[in-house]
Amino acid sequence: MSVADFAFYCFASVTVASGLFVVLARNPVHSVLWLILAFLSSAGLFVLLGAEFVAMLLVIVYVGAVAVLFLFVVMMLDVDFTEFKAKMAAYFPIAGLIGAVFLAQLVMVFGVWQSADGAAQMRGAPTPDPAARHNTAALGDLIYDDYIHLFQAAGLILLVAMIGAIVLTLRHRPNVKRQDVLAQMYRDPARAMELKDVKPGQGL
Amino acid sequence: MIGLEHYLTVAAALFVIAIFGIFVNRKNVIVILMSIELMLLSVNINLVAFSAHLGDLVGQVFTMFVLTVAAAEAAIGLAILVCFFRNRGSIAVDDINVMKG
Repeated sequence: MSVADFAFYCFASVTVASGLFVVLARNPVHSVLWLILAFLSSAGLFVLLGAEFVAMLLVIVYVGAVAVLFLFVVMMLDVDFTEFKAKMAAYFPIAGLIGAVFLAQLVMVFGVWQSADGAAQMRGAPTPDPAARHNTAALGDLIYDDYIHLFQAAGLILLVAMIGAIVLTLRHRPNVKRQDVLAQMYRDPARAMELKDVKPGQGL
Repeated sequence: MIGLEHYLTVAAALFVIAIFGIFVNRKNVIVILMSIELMLLSVNINLVAFSAHLGDLVGQVFTMFVLTVAAAEAAIGLAILVCFFRNRGSIAVDDINVMKG
């Protein structure tokens, strides 16, 4: 068994095991941490497949952004997760049944399929030799030439998602004092304060 | 050399685990969202495995787009969750019936 095979089995088993722990962990914070491990080990699988750029993207986008977002939300919401876990045992049989049915379907498909004739000729963009053109550069050629419109649409999706998330979560609390810049700028010293001439011994 | 079937098996196992997770954590929206992320990850593994097997780079491009949509989906889903929690004080799926006719 070569080093690559050994690495594959390590990454694959860690991916599947951590996926299982994401689902079964008692504490959602632990679930998020297992999710991070699943993403990291599948990034290792991508590296073994020669897709370095996608692997690094997975580490940066998922581990760096999405998982931290999940962690933030889990810690911010004050939810009693123990009551969810109490009900989990009740759903175990039906969930196991659905999972088993799906697994059986996938097993039936396993090994039956075959590649179409001339699949090699129908390739959209044959992978260049990694020694001549690195994976990242080849992917960049493809994205910025053939898929430029899809790439910009992806950027638009992210923009809409960002605006939507801000609109959904933004709120103005009534009892919080905010800085009103215009009110500060229009403040007039003549009207803002009043001089009173207080006579000695009399007071106001 | 590891064949295509090995990667497909890993992806299938991850997908089945994610489906199992959606049904076993029916009350907990956060874990359901995490299960959806796992599903998209298994799809990505499939795409990249076929991309490497066929020597076609388009699979990796589509993996990138799936990644983008998954990130947007997680952001919007969690924003809806936070908004819902502020209004109802819980994240139980059973309580999400405000819009029932």
